[in-house]
Amino acid sequence: MGFLTRIWAIAWKDILAELRAREMVLSMFLFGFLVILIFNFGIEPGLREMNLVRPGVFWSAFIFAGMLGLNRSFAGEKENDCLQGLLLCPVDRAEIYVGKFLANCVFTIVMGFFVFIFFAALYNVDVLAVGFPLAVIVVLAAVGFSSVGTLFAAVSVGLKARDVLLAILLFPVMVPVILAAAKSSGVVLDGSGLGSAGLWLGLLLVYDVVFFSISVVTFEYVVEE
Amino acid sequence: MSVGSSEMQTLPSNPEPDRGRPLWLDILGITTVILVLVDLFGALLWVPREVQMGDVQRIFYFHMPSAWLALGPAFTVVFICGILYLWKKELLYDRIAVASAEIGVVFTTITLVTGPLWAKPIWGAYWTWDPRLTTTLVLWFIYVAYLMVRSSFPEGHRRARLLAVVGIVGWVDVPIVFMSIRWWRTIHPTLVSAQGMDMDPSMQAMLVFSLGVFTMLYVYLMVVRVGQETVASRLGRISQQIHIR
Repeated sequence: MGFLTRIWAIAWKDILAELRAREMVLSMFLFGFLVILIFNFGIEPGLREMNLVRPGVFWSAFIFAGMLGLNRSFAGEKENDCLQGLLLCPVDRAEIYVGKFLANCVFTIVMGFFVFIFFAALYNVDVLAVGFPLAVIVVLAAVGFSSVGTLFAAVSVGLKARDVLLAILLFPVMVPVILAAAKSSGVVLDGSGLGSAGLWLGLLLVYDVVFFSISVVTFEYVVEE
Repeated sequence: MSVGSSEMQTLPSNPEPDRGRPLWLDILGITTVILVLVDLFGALLWVPREVQMGDVQRIFYFHMPSAWLALGPAFTVVFICGILYLWKKELLYDRIAVASAEIGVVFTTITLVTGPLWAKPIWGAYWTWDPRLTTTLVLWFIYVAYLMVRSSFPEGHRRARLLAVVGIVGWVDVPIVFMSIRWWRTIHPTLVSAQGMDMDPSMQAMLVFSLGVFTMLYVYLMVVRVGQETVASRLGRISQQIHIR
């Protein structure tokens, strides 16, 4: 079995479980939708500076809903000692990490896609014009979010208050991702192309590479028994 | 575990008898206290009053050293000890890391409290989303989370491993946070920028002295705190053995 096959086997296990149960992505998406709805009550309707507010609304919904998925990522493994079984698999710890990361990434991107559809409808976004550049930003942000997120989900899984602690651990470290994603999508929503957000996309890319590498290296220490 | 005579022999697991506090630690402590008092006197009474800002500028002699200590040595020690722990598997590094994180959080809190106290009369606002201010706040959150994770785990190698990873990720994040906020603010310039100060030689001397005193305070607190952690873990081992018996 090649490197990629093993990673895919672990990721596919999570995706298949989700396809069968269909609980996580649906609840993530509903929650994200609710966040957008709640923001709507806090913002004056017909606000002239709506363009300044829109990216913040979308990314808040994205991050909060994404947290739900990360919380489930290792909590599910803990039940029935599945994590033990996973660790006994004849694969490298780094490969387990990449598999879990991949599954989380897929869930986050799918959730982001559905949340975006509702966001676009409610906040009057021209989907055809901004759809592609925003998709690029969502993928870059989802990679950064899932890389540290998967690592910290594994850190917090053994704790009693793991849901809250994961949020407290993850949000401060996520500041550059949230900032870069909100700023670059603000540029895109204003009608400029991806090129004008080059600096922010670069930052997202650097963040993704740096934290994915650190997580791959340190994951084995987190799950070591 | 069976209760046998072999176990009875392992019970006094106190290899070195407790000799109380060493003399040099007392000397270090007393010196630090005296120097802190001298520092207070110097900063509040001796150093000349700043012409434009007035007395409120005196807070600078506490603000800047605590900011430097927290953002410089304190959190870097957490990072380095995290790597050293993962490499050597010595719990001593975990104790040093947590002592440094705690002291770093205290100094960051001092920074975050003294800064706004100065900023209100000078800038006209307690807070601005300046890169340095914002990064310090994010840093505070990262290391408070670090300490919360620590307090919710039982002592041991597992906790030390998890904390080492959190400490490494947090420290690497800091420059990226700083850069991202700086770009954010250069795109939307703020009214208030960090102003350069032409400082009187006596003020510079005061600042250097204050930096020295705070560094000494950090070293002293570190020694005491690491000692406490060592004693606590020894106590934990002893009480565990009593329970096993």
